[in-house]
This record gives sequence, C-alpha cells and structure tokens, in this order.
Amino acid sequence: MDIFLQQVINGLTLGSVYAIVALGYTMVYGIIQLINFAHGEVVMLGAMVAFSVIGALAGTTLPPLVIVLAGVLAAIPACMLVGYAMERVAYRPLRGAPRLAPLITAIGISIILQHVAMLVWSRSPLAFPQIIPLVRFYIGGAIITGVQIAIILTSFMMMGALTLLVYRTKLGIAMRATSQNPHVAGLMGIDIDRIISFTFIVGAALAAVAGVMVGTYYGIAHYSMGSLLGMKAFSAAVLGGIGNLAGAMLGGILLGVVEALGAGYIGDLTNNVFGSNYQDVFAFMVLIAVLVFRPSGLLGERVGDRA
Amino acid sequence: MKLLELTRLEVAYGGIKAVKGIDLNVPKGELVCLIGTNGAGKTTTLKAIAGLLPVPPDAIRYEGEPIGGVRPFELVRRGLALVPEGRGVFGQLTVAENLAMGAYVRNDAAAVRQDLERAYALFPRLAERRAQSAGTLSGGEQQMLAIGRALMSRPKLLLLDEPSMGLAPLLVQKIFETILAVAKEGVTILLVEQNARLALEVSSHGYVMETGLITLSGPARELLDDPKVRAAYLGESD
Ligand SMILES: Nc1ncnc2c1ncn2[C@@H]1O[C@H](COP(=O)(O)OP(=O)(O)O)[C@@H](O)[C@H]1O
Ligand SMILES: [Mg+2]
Repeated sequence: MDIFLQQVINGLTLGSVYAIVALGYTMVYGIIQLINFAHGEVVMLGAMVAFSVIGALAGTTLPPLVIVLAGVLAAIPACMLVGYAMERVAYRPLRGAPRLAPLITAIGISIILQHVAMLVWSRSPLAFPQIIPLVRFYIGGAIITGVQIAIILTSFMMMGALTLLVYRTKLGIAMRATSQNPHVAGLMGIDIDRIISFTFIVGAALAAVAGVMVGTYYGIAHYSMGSLLGMKAFSAAVLGGIGNLAGAMLGGILLGVVEALGAGYIGDLTNNVFGSNYQDVFAFMVLIAVLVFRPSGLLGERVGDRA
Repeated sequence: MKLLELTRLEVAYGGIKAVKGIDLNVPKGELVCLIGTNGAGKTTTLKAIAGLLPVPPDAIRYEGEPIGGVRPFELVRRGLALVPEGRGVFGQLTVAENLAMGAYVRNDAAAVRQDLERAYALFPRLAERRAQSAGTLSGGEQQMLAIGRALMSRPKLLLLDEPSMGLAPLLVQKIFETILAVAKEGVTILLVEQNARLALEVSSHGYVMETGLITLSGPARELLDDPKVRAAYLGESD
C-alpha cells in the first residue's frame, strides 16, 4: 500500500472540510475584523441537526442519498438562522466597541451554543446510521471511498460557487467593497448591516454542509466536536492569510494534507516516540513555522495594507 | 426652488463644535460652492448632509423633507451622492467594479449600461483601465473615477469635497471642465474647494466658511470682486 498517496487522499478530504469552515472565519473577519470563535459551534450544530433528521429517517424505505440530503437541507436553514441571530443579537450592538469586547462575546457564544447542544442532544454522541454502502476505489496502491469522493467534490463545488458569488455578482462586489471601506460603501447606497448579515448567513450555510461532511466521514457527531475543528479551520484561515478567500481554501487543504502526512510519518520520523495521535501538534507546528516567516499568511496582504 | 437647505446646522465632535449654526441654500439646477481655509468645517458640513454624522432632523432639508440623521445608503436612493475628500475609491476593486458600485441602488440594468458608456466617454482614461484595480490609478484618474462613480447613481444633488486636492494644474483644469459639464446636464452641485478662484468662477453662488461659521455669501461674481475675499482667499492685496 502506498502510504504517501493514501495520506494525501485522506488529507485532501479533511482539508477540503477545513477549507469550507475556514471560509466562514475569513469572510466574517474580512468584513468586520472579528474572529468569530463561535463558528466552529455552527459546524457542530449543522452536524447535530442533520444527524437527528438522518437518524429519524434511517428506518424508512427512502434511498440513502435522499436521507442524507434531507439532513443537509434541515441543517442549512437551521445554521443560517443561528449565524444571523448571533450577529444580530451579540455582535451588532458591539460594532463600535473596542475589539476585545466582541472577541470575548464570541467565546461566550461558543460556550453557550455548546451547552445548548449538550442540553438538547445530551453528552452522548450521535452515530451515523449504517445506510451508506461502503464503496471503495483503488488508485495507485491507495484507497478512496465514495464518501471521500463526495466530500471532496461537494467542497470544491461550494468553493467554486462562493468564488462566483463574491467575484461575479453585484452582491459579491458589494461585500468586497464593504470589507475595504464600509463608510464609502454606505455612500454607494449599500446597506452595510444587510451585507454583514448576509456574510454571516453564507458562512453558516457553508458550515452546515461542512458539519454534515465531517460527521459522515467520522461516522459520529457530538456537542463538543466544533472546538478543535473550529480551531483548525481558523488556523487554516490564518495560514492562508485571514480575510483572503483563496487563502482560506489553500490554507485548509494544506493543513489537512500536512496533518495527514504528519500522522502517517510522525512515528518513523521520531523513532516512534510520537504516534499518530500527535497529528494535531504537527499541524499547529507547521502553522507556527509559516507565520514566523510570513506573519500575514501565505496569500495575505501585509498588515496595514487594508484600505 | 431649494433642493438643499441648511438651517442653523450645528455639528460637534464629542462636545467640540466644528460647525456652529450655519444657513446655506442650494437651488435646484445650480452650482454652489463652499470655500474656506483648512479646518473651517467644510468636510464636516458635507458629511453631515450625506448622513455620516449625527444631526437633528430639521437642520437639513432635501427636496423639502427633513433628512438630518437619515442613513447614507437611504440618501443615495433619494438622489444625494457625496464624492468624499480623498476620493475613497475601492483600491482593490477594478475600475469597472467601482463604477458598478456607484449604480448599486439602481435596478434598470439597460440604463445603467448606457450610463457606464457615458462615464467612459466622459473619462476615456477610465475606459482604457476598466479592468485594472483602482489602487493602481494616478490621483487624477482616481478623482475621475470617484466622480464617475457618483454619477452612476444618477444623483439629483452631487456633493464634491475638494476634487482638486493634490492634483497638478492641468488635471485641476480637466476636473473643473468635467464638473461644469455635469452641471450643464442639470445635476445640482455643492462644491467644496480650497481653490477659491476656480470654484467661484464656475459657481453661480458662493459661501465663505471660517471656523465653523459662514462669514460671507452671495453671487459668485460679487464674491470674486469682494476685497475681503480677494485678500483672504485669492491671494491678492488691494
Ligand atoms: N473626526 C473628527 N474628530 C474630531 N474633530 C474633527 C474630526 N474631523 C474634523 N475635526 C475638526 O473639525 C474641524 C473642521 O474640520 P473639517 O470639517 O475637516 O474642515 P475642512 O474640511 O474645512 O478642512 C477641524 O478643527 C478639525 O480638527
Ligand atoms: Mg476638508
């Protein structure tokens, strides 16, 4: 078996999920310079809502694809609502406040959402029902599963759609204009509040799908799954250059691949002192190393370049 | 008919008054200028009109309606556009995208496309650079873009804040020709300038502002001949 290729495939799968989540962090940062620490919890809520629906439908005669789709279609509006509400209720009143205030609030929202999820779904994880037949393809000594292909394809399609939205539509241009200079954007007749709401809603929709993907991949969803995932996706956004869409995509995929390769080789590299359970450490070491040499991230502008 | 009417307008920054109760009228279809030295309160006045600073509703009337405190994006919809001091182009957006943002409030796509062609005809430099990011343009080109962008909203009232600032004399000439051309098309303009002579030469009416107060006003021709104006703003001694 080709370990290298296998780890690249595994890394690409997780990395595309990181990329989708990282986009949510980077879009919000780009527009209001807030690190929305509660974004990981939106991913978690997406997974939980979808798993509840999928679990309820698992006993029916519906085809598996329809069941999963129903889960996704329930998760998306639920997450959009949460994303919209958190900005409206928690962040908007703090728009003019010192930057630390919304940041602390974000951490608070994250804790609240985790606990609400714990109350609703309990501490025990939800398992993904055995409804999807395991499909494997062999390529060059490695295996890629049907779920992996679905995750990678879905992620890349969403990245493409988001890029089109941001660079080809009037609304997308207005988002970029607002992120560069909200005062002047207001002078153009752009309703800044609506653009900010829209940004949160789009990020939350992406997070919902990411939650379903990562839950399906691991076969499990639980109330605290958003923390580490959110942390990694945020790191991916920083790695690529926070505020930069292409950077979030690149950073996410890179982080996923580096992490998987680290997990695959860290035992050999360290004479088995460290096992693959150290893969998280490996990913963050790469992040730190990159930031030492490029503090603004791989594709980020120099700090202070912002209009 | 008065398109814009300021009545005892006061604007303060945290308790310190920058504009101390001014009266100013802009009749429909005319070009009116507001001149004065640096720090007089001209930018503050324009910002207040455009909805960027809090003021009591009745201090500013537009088309007869009180608009003090109305938010900027709503005023654009009602035909009031500000070209801010320092231009405020979106540096990372292309020239074409900047112009598209000027037309953000409009839904008549076909007419917007026509206006875009008119803007490019008015400023051929912008047409050549339509796919370039605005940050790469020269100061004069950015000023043209800022004016062109404001025109894309089809404003009834155009507020211009020091369009000649930092530009070479030849470009200043070109910018003023453009302003005159825009005024001839029927757009009402309130022009803020430090270049008092040029501003008064193109205007029908002028206001002189000093430390937050209007100290002189009248037909632009008369102000040009006024000895006080000549001494203080046109660099002449009598
Ligand atoms: N954001 C601000 N905060 C506090 N004071 C300000 C601010 N902007 C302008 N001022 C003050 O208000 C006065 C008028 O400024 P401004 O309207 O910019 O004048 P002008 O445009 O005529 O040069 C000045 O004394 C200036 O220092
Ligand atoms: Mg000024």
